[in-house]
Amino acid sequence: MDAQVFDIGDTDVAWCPGCGNFSILKILQRALAELQIGPTSLVLVSGIGQAAKIPHYFRTNIFNGLHGRALPAATAIKAADPALTVIAESGDGDMYGEGGNHFIHTIRRNPDITNIVHNNMVYGLTKGQASPTSQVGFKTPVQVGGVFLEAFNPLAVAIALDAGFVARAFSDDVEQTKEILKKALKHKGYSLVDIFQPCVSFNKLNTHQWFKENCYYLGDSYDPSDRNQAFKRATETRKLPLGVFYVNSKRKSFEENIGMQDKPPLYERDLDTKQLSALIEKFKSEN
Amino acid sequence: MAKDAALRADDVSIVLCGQAGMGIQTVEGILTRMLKLAGYNVFATKEYMSRVRGGNNSTQIRVSSRPVSAFANRIDLLIPLNKGAVQHLQKRISQETIVLAETEVVGDEAVSGRFRFVEAPFTKIATDIGNKVYSNVVAVGMLAGLLGMELSNVCDYVKQFFSTKTADIVQKNVQAAEAGFRLAEDLARREKISIDISYGANVKDQILLSGSEAVALGAIAGGCNFVSAYPMSPSTSVLVFLAKHAKDFGIIAEQAEDEIAAMNMVIGAWYAGARAMVTTSGGGFALMTEGLSLAGMLEMPVVIHLGQRPGPATGLPTRTEQADLELALYAGHGEFPRIIFAPGKIEDAFYLTQKAFNLADKYQVPVFILTDQYFLDSYYNIHPFDLSDMKVEKCFIKTQKDYKRYELTDNGVSPRGIPGFGKGLVVVDSDEHDTQGHITEDLDLRVAMVDKRLKKAESIKNEIIPPELVGPDDYKTLIVCWGSTYNVVSEAVRDLSRGDVSLLCFNQVYPLHGKTADYLKKADKTIIIESNATSQFGKLIKLYTGIEVDEKILKYSGLSFTVEEITESLRSILD
Repeated sequence: MDAQVFDIGDTDVAWCPGCGNFSILKILQRALAELQIGPTSLVLVSGIGQAAKIPHYFRTNIFNGLHGRALPAATAIKAADPALTVIAESGDGDMYGEGGNHFIHTIRRNPDITNIVHNNMVYGLTKGQASPTSQVGFKTPVQVGGVFLEAFNPLAVAIALDAGFVARAFSDDVEQTKEILKKALKHKGYSLVDIFQPCVSFNKLNTHQWFKENCYYLGDSYDPSDRNQAFKRATETRKLPLGVFYVNSKRKSFEENIGMQDKPPLYERDLDTKQLSALIEKFKSEN
Repeated sequence: MAKDAALRADDVSIVLCGQAGMGIQTVEGILTRMLKLAGYNVFATKEYMSRVRGGNNSTQIRVSSRPVSAFANRIDLLIPLNKGAVQHLQKRISQETIVLAETEVVGDEAVSGRFRFVEAPFTKIATDIGNKVYSNVVAVGMLAGLLGMELSNVCDYVKQFFSTKTADIVQKNVQAAEAGFRLAEDLARREKISIDISYGANVKDQILLSGSEAVALGAIAGGCNFVSAYPMSPSTSVLVFLAKHAKDFGIIAEQAEDEIAAMNMVIGAWYAGARAMVTTSGGGFALMTEGLSLAGMLEMPVVIHLGQRPGPATGLPTRTEQADLELALYAGHGEFPRIIFAPGKIEDAFYLTQKAFNLADKYQVPVFILTDQYFLDSYYNIHPFDLSDMKVEKCFIKTQKDYKRYELTDNGVSPRGIPGFGKGLVVVDSDEHDTQGHITEDLDLRVAMVDKRLKKAESIKNEIIPPELVGPDDYKTLIVCWGSTYNVVSEAVRDLSRGDVSLLCFNQVYPLHGKTADYLKKADKTIIIESNATSQFGKLIKLYTGIEVDEKILKYSGLSFTVEEITESLRSILD
């Protein structure tokens, strides 16, 4: 499949020139095409923010919902029709701030969806306030003395919750990011791909250059099945590792737990009127 | 029921009162089913505290020769199970109330003369049988005996009720019921307690159903296959019922991390082709309002069961009120159409919830079922539902390649596609969007989209359920009520027995039916009855008809209106 199947054609893109979002858009389209996942069987679910606009530049089914609420909607979409490939994609403010509670509980619920988070450590659409992943000391028009809240560590949280697939990528690294996304999409159950992405307009601290200098890849010898090791690497701060931190394929997915795995979609279900009559009949003598 | 003469001997109000966990529900559960099976009309409702143990909870059971469906203030027979019970119910106890209890439960009150005390040694009888745990069944047997049931029916039902227990436990419970029954015979003779209730017509073939069961069954009948909720009294019972029957009916029942997630799940589920609902109460619904607005923008169907309880904030968690009408009416930022049902009778809850799914799907709007604690926790015998004309009307389409989710149409309703069903793509966006569904800031298109969404209200108007007029057409006084007060007010109006008074009951409170103003204009005097402090429905009527209702009867203590309260209030207005 050619990634061009996702081309939306001529459209007015709302991202700044040089934004990491462009790269993520292209990489995701290529990863999907290589996995033979086409536009009609895919649903891109997003919240609000600059990253959350990504579905609008994608020729596919899209559910662009509310700020922070992509995950519950994505969970239900996948449950209602397990044949769909469902991606919940938004920025760090959306997924980790406004949607923080859903982030935690979606990992616990373990729907077979891929959660892609554009992590630029700043709020873009609202023009430069701190995000949950902003580094301590980061100055903004609101955090005038610098951020003093400890940065949210999504990978460590996900590993602590025994998420099935936890990875971090960097938007400038096209091939590596594409391979990570493909693995995430193939994983059965919830997968998190946190993608470092420079914000050229509002984050003058975590720039393209900064990420290049401060990130490195987990080597070939790294074993992602070791949860303690994964947690240790996820909490490194001096240099930030990239790659697949943790994989646990043993957890049952939400769809398996609710008996929807490999089942026809809910819209094909019909009411069994006889059974309903029988249930109502029971109220003549029991309950 | 009075000392000598039989006062309303064909309509008895029994109240059981005790601490949470003392077994009131067991007595209630056995007695009401047993009576219904034998062919008696029964009604039961409860008021309880927000605690798992202790406190004072009470259940009223009415048994009558006529169909009975409303909370009455009067207590004919009181079974207090703990010392605080008489105190708890003092406002409802009269000199005609017969208190059947052990002496130590009533204490000095026994000789106060404020009620008629009749000693009923439940615990002693139970202990003689082998264990004081049987005392509840002794009470059941006694009540069944006083009400004139046949002993064989009582024993048969007790056997059935305990059928999963050991033979010994079954036997002991039957013994307990028999002993209670004999006590009743003795008391009836000795204390001249005479109750004469006749069997109701066809009661045996009727079903005994609560408001919450009716809502849940209505959801199933509406094709509900996805429910998500966060537990909150009094709405949880609907989730519990659907979860219990989820497997049999192919329903996904998911407890969400919060109401925000529940609502967004339900919207996502409808998007992917499910028929989904949330069930919640006021505080939970407050969290859902952002999602409600999303449903308005996406033009996604949603069904919301909102079981009201007194607010603001946590309020009285286990009590009742009708004070969230305005919340349901105005919830959600921005402007979009909605439908609000408020069932009055148990059967209405079934038919309206079923209909809610079809209307939500047809017009792609939120549809509310507005109930309350009193409605959800009350039950009585009703005719089984007629499913013959009932259809799950699925309104989605198989999409073509050039499908546009928000195509502008004459009535504002755009054919709804589902991702993966057909060759088209289904694009929905919480931002203002173009016909395709993509984000836009084309302000002319914005106007067209607002008009399109609001235009749906025109078609919805043609389907408004008319209010029900109870009483003569040539009334002088018109009483207005909505939702759960229906049965209480109906009985009160019947008791008034005045030929010039009629009652107008609304099962659908929004949009308001076009004939509302005509009904009100015909009356010399109008009276509205609502379980809230500010007459929310009265304000709604004023807004849409320009008519201010003359008199208001409002209650907001957390307890339902009683029949007697309404009758007295109406008399003081009318006499």
